[in-house]
Amino acid sequence: MSTISGVERAAGGEHRAVISGVGQSQIGRRIYRDPLALTIEASLRAIEDAGLTRDDIDGVATYPGAMTVPPGFSGVGVTEIQDALRLNLNWFAGGSELPGQLGSVVNAVAAVAAGLADHVLCFRTVWEASAQGDQGRAAVTMGGGGGGSYRAAGFMQWTLPFGAPSASNWIGMMAMRHMHEFGTTREQLAEIALNGRANAQLNPNAIYRDPMTLDDYLNVRMVSSPLCLYDCDVPADGSTAVIVSRADSAPDLRRPPVRIEAMGSALHGRPSWDQFDDLTTMALRDAATMMWDRTELRADDVDTVQVYDGFSFIALCWLEALGFAKHGEGGPWLAAGRPTARHATLPLNTHGGQLSAGRLHGYGFLHEACTQLWGEGGERQVGTPQVAIAAAGGGPLASCFLLRT
Amino acid sequence: MTSTEPIAPRPFRVLPAVGPDNEHFWLGGAHGELRFLRCQACGFWIHPPSPICPTCLSADLAAEAVSGRASVFTFTVNFQPWLPNFDPPYVVAIVALPEQEDFRLTTNIVGCDPEEVYIGMEVEVEFEDYDGVWLPYFHPIDGVAATT
Repeated sequence: MSTISGVERAAGGEHRAVISGVGQSQIGRRIYRDPLALTIEASLRAIEDAGLTRDDIDGVATYPGAMTVPPGFSGVGVTEIQDALRLNLNWFAGGSELPGQLGSVVNAVAAVAAGLADHVLCFRTVWEASAQGDQGRAAVTMGGGGGGSYRAAGFMQWTLPFGAPSASNWIGMMAMRHMHEFGTTREQLAEIALNGRANAQLNPNAIYRDPMTLDDYLNVRMVSSPLCLYDCDVPADGSTAVIVSRADSAPDLRRPPVRIEAMGSALHGRPSWDQFDDLTTMALRDAATMMWDRTELRADDVDTVQVYDGFSFIALCWLEALGFAKHGEGGPWLAAGRPTARHATLPLNTHGGQLSAGRLHGYGFLHEACTQLWGEGGERQVGTPQVAIAAAGGGPLASCFLLRT
Repeated sequence: MTSTEPIAPRPFRVLPAVGPDNEHFWLGGAHGELRFLRCQACGFWIHPPSPICPTCLSADLAAEAVSGRASVFTFTVNFQPWLPNFDPPYVVAIVALPEQEDFRLTTNIVGCDPEEVYIGMEVEVEFEDYDGVWLPYFHPIDGVAATT
């Protein structure tokens, strides 16, 4: 058994990498733009934001890589952006079998720390809003539409035959279990959605910016109990890019980079949405535990937290997994004193999260954490945070980053 | 259903790809049995199927029937129309099988109204033949008839 501590591991790992730039394309509902064009737009903005040129980029990492189904889930793989920008790559990796969407950034950090690349372009592009068109979300759901001879394999064979093709069904069952074990209520879950909407009003790129009340939340239609429409994120079109660079490249960059204090990518339970030992924590528990093991900072040191809210319940799980609330106590913690409001001690999802700013699928949280640390949030900037968390994924897929100025 | 009502088409269900690794599960209903792989060396139940026992690494595995009884571990009432003729609301549940800790199955709860389902409800398996694949659903044990 190795005696190397987590802190020592981080010193030889993520401390060798930094985030040097971020960029986003146009974001919207059904904007019907080529996903490669969106990716190029985000990538060039991120490269410029870092103070680099495309000639500096020698690595590419993305999630989930090129896929044709479900429609809109992935438009662009590594080789498309490589060819479009004529990048000369020393390292690249694209794929979906990762600890969540930001697992691609974990890959990039590892590659930079290992000396395989100096500046890695990481991106996530979605065009689910255009893909579903006016046909509703079923049009882009696995097995949706019916007909054909498609047969389910792998994990999906255990859910699709029972009319449970959507993560809303799987996460709904986790939320129901959390409510059963701990007494969590819909009013407490609503805090995540209401917080996101309040913040989205200050984000000109957010998709839903109209005010939302608790009554609105409680009266909207149910999707998969206990999750209502406002517990589910909104499909969007857009691309987010992040540049991961060597820490010692800082003098070449436009501004002081965001440092990576620690990251977590663990999965210690079974890799399954129904067989995982504790459905009320899932792999978020493992990723967060690993991250905290690699730093001497503690939850009290965190100034703002940007956590995945593809469903409101996942954000609650992240807040518990990261130690801001004890396991099972996230509901009362959220509702009592609203610690995650923008002017409170731990501003949460300051861009609106995926619930209101759009389902940019994980990368939006990293983009926002960096934006806040750089003090570039404009109207939605929350003070001068020094330490931030970006965490993404749900179920058996999770990774998280502890970032600092 | 009375004879004057039109016969509703069955819900569209995406069926599993059945092969040597999983046919014991998906075809067991033809014999009225809910079958899983079981390690013949240590007795561990294995789900989803695997070539070896994850506990003792023995490759001596065989399909065996469980009791067919279970309890609702958690559930959701789905209200979103995802699939043709698969009309909401319907109950998707994870049931816990009593034969082993953390031994679970995703399924539908049938034979009662969705609002009657609760965590801890005792249920029992039944099967529906869907084009030769025998889908296991669960219905309440106490005093509620199974669907036809």
